[in-house]
Amino acid sequence: MGTIQRIWRHPILDFKRGRSVRFQFEGKRIEGYENESIAVALFASGVKVFGRSRRFNHPMGWFCGIGKCSSCLMRVNGIPNVRTCITPVREGMRVELQGRKGVLPDEPNIKVKKKEEYVRVLIIGSGPAGLETGITSTKLGLDTLIIDENPIPGGQLIKQTHKFFGSKKEYAGLRGFEIAKTMLEGLRKCGGRYLTETSAIGYYWKNKKHKFLAVQKQEDGYQLLEIKADNIVVTSGASENYLPFPRNYLPGVYGAGGVQTLMNVYGVKPGNKALIVGAGNVGLIIGYQLLQAGVEVKALIEAMPHVGGYLVHASKLARLGVPILLRHTIKEAKGEEYVNGATIIEVDENKQPIEGTERKLDVDLILIAVGLSASTKILSQAGCEKMFVQELGGWIPIHNENMETTIDGIYVAGDGSGIAEASTAMLEGRIAGAAIAEREGYNPEDARRIREDAFSELSKLRQSSSLKIVAEGKRKCQQRWNEVKSHEK
Amino acid sequence: MKNEPREIGYLTYDVLKEKIGLPSKERLAKGPVAIIECTEDIPCDPCVEACKLGAISKESLITPPTIDYEKCTGCTLCVDVCPGLAIFVINVNYKEEKALVSIPYEMLPVPERREKVDTLDRSGKKIGEGEIIKVRRGKRETFVVSVAVDKNLATEARSIKIQKEENE
Repeated sequence: MGTIQRIWRHPILDFKRGRSVRFQFEGKRIEGYENESIAVALFASGVKVFGRSRRFNHPMGWFCGIGKCSSCLMRVNGIPNVRTCITPVREGMRVELQGRKGVLPDEPNIKVKKKEEYVRVLIIGSGPAGLETGITSTKLGLDTLIIDENPIPGGQLIKQTHKFFGSKKEYAGLRGFEIAKTMLEGLRKCGGRYLTETSAIGYYWKNKKHKFLAVQKQEDGYQLLEIKADNIVVTSGASENYLPFPRNYLPGVYGAGGVQTLMNVYGVKPGNKALIVGAGNVGLIIGYQLLQAGVEVKALIEAMPHVGGYLVHASKLARLGVPILLRHTIKEAKGEEYVNGATIIEVDENKQPIEGTERKLDVDLILIAVGLSASTKILSQAGCEKMFVQELGGWIPIHNENMETTIDGIYVAGDGSGIAEASTAMLEGRIAGAAIAEREGYNPEDARRIREDAFSELSKLRQSSSLKIVAEGKRKCQQRWNEVKSHEK
Repeated sequence: MKNEPREIGYLTYDVLKEKIGLPSKERLAKGPVAIIECTEDIPCDPCVEACKLGAISKESLITPPTIDYEKCTGCTLCVDVCPGLAIFVINVNYKEEKALVSIPYEMLPVPERREKVDTLDRSGKKIGEGEIIKVRRGKRETFVVSVAVDKNLATEARSIKIQKEENE
């Protein structure tokens, strides 16, 4: 299965690893680096099986790598259900596979402190949409707090090594991780606050105010935060879609986004020979990033008869010799404990496999890049109505053009409001931040101008052929919002 | 349609000629010139700003760029700025039998001057060997690598591959 290597030289990135730390996994001593996640430290030292399936006892690995899918849950210092992919490793930690159920310890030795907060605007998620909401609302004079469950702020920008399209206002030409840095600097400059490793765990309505409970991980325990807020903006992003095929449970089958985190944030090579499923922008971009990390890309397959992403991204891969096989799908993964091959097969116009066209690929890595779904659970809990919009990637919270959901004072922006991309996520965040300021009477004139500028920029971007579909989805969404609101009256 | 770019994953010379228009023989004979291999309506404009001579323009943010080949001097400043790595500079006048192709490059190892490399076409197929003439560290870690290739390959060579050391 080959040795997993840390990446020491990379054409774009310079990995700054912390001190080395020692911890225990299943009683064995393992070394990792400060500031990396438990899952990454385990993976880098060759641990790939993160658990076994309940019914068939199949070996399973991590999948999403960004704290959403729950396939990396382990017991850490006796506490079950810890998402190891977003929990930093610390000296002396005791990490164990948790078996089929997360059993609570008899005498939990957990310190929990409690703290209350009150802010004008609470933002959940620090990706491009969340940061832009934070910058805009703080600049307009609102007291704002951003919380994010990840240890590093910046959402999925931090793992993007390619230069972004767009116009100058949305940081065109900078690489994704540089955009995150620039935005965080902007937030700091205007005095905006953010907390990392802080998960929103529940929504309540108390004394006519929105209230969130959040848990913040701390060095020696946890802090329970009770955050009251006049306005909430949920910018919780999206999660990678899964794909059904035989043995898809095997370690070695990963979400493309998770591999980006492993490789580009933490500098660990995910494998040696990869197959990518999906020729949208995510699949095309990760193909190029794998090559930059020294991973061989055996093929990129796509069931559609054409590439879904931009031609310039596909061209970058094609001219480096990566076969882009259209009208192909994965038939099965091979391996017992870990992927050691894959069978691909051609499909016809109806996407049905054509027997006899099977081909075996010698790969140890299968990346799934077949689309994203908006993460909207916390909004459901708050009672925001949802609808299914094909153009926006599935179920999304119903919202209007100001990004307000069906509940007063609760807003949404970015991929969590419908799958699109980073520039438009920023613009939506700016709109939400400005709309709140306008309504609350904080520099309402400036706020209105900012909001209107963002509207016109957004509609310009959405005239491009790749985003037209988003414009259509958003139109349906607005229409539905109007219907819901007229019913309320 | 055969060679429909989205059905193969890359552009071909014929499609480029039809979609963006390539420099005339006379212009090519005058020396280096940029070819912008960007045909889709991507909302993006750093190339326009990168050109100090005003040779690159866009009707709007979402239309593909157009280039005035007469204004372009082939300086390569747009090559490392294009987020899509879609701009190349070709100089068919480099030497009697050789043309010089400048390519954006973001892989390791970075080739060295005088190094022999394989040259690949848009589909990644090896079409010849070339010699690295110049390596410039461009903006944000994108290198611009200029490789001398046989003259007839100037419009096809779009990528390089480092040759493995023989003693490995």
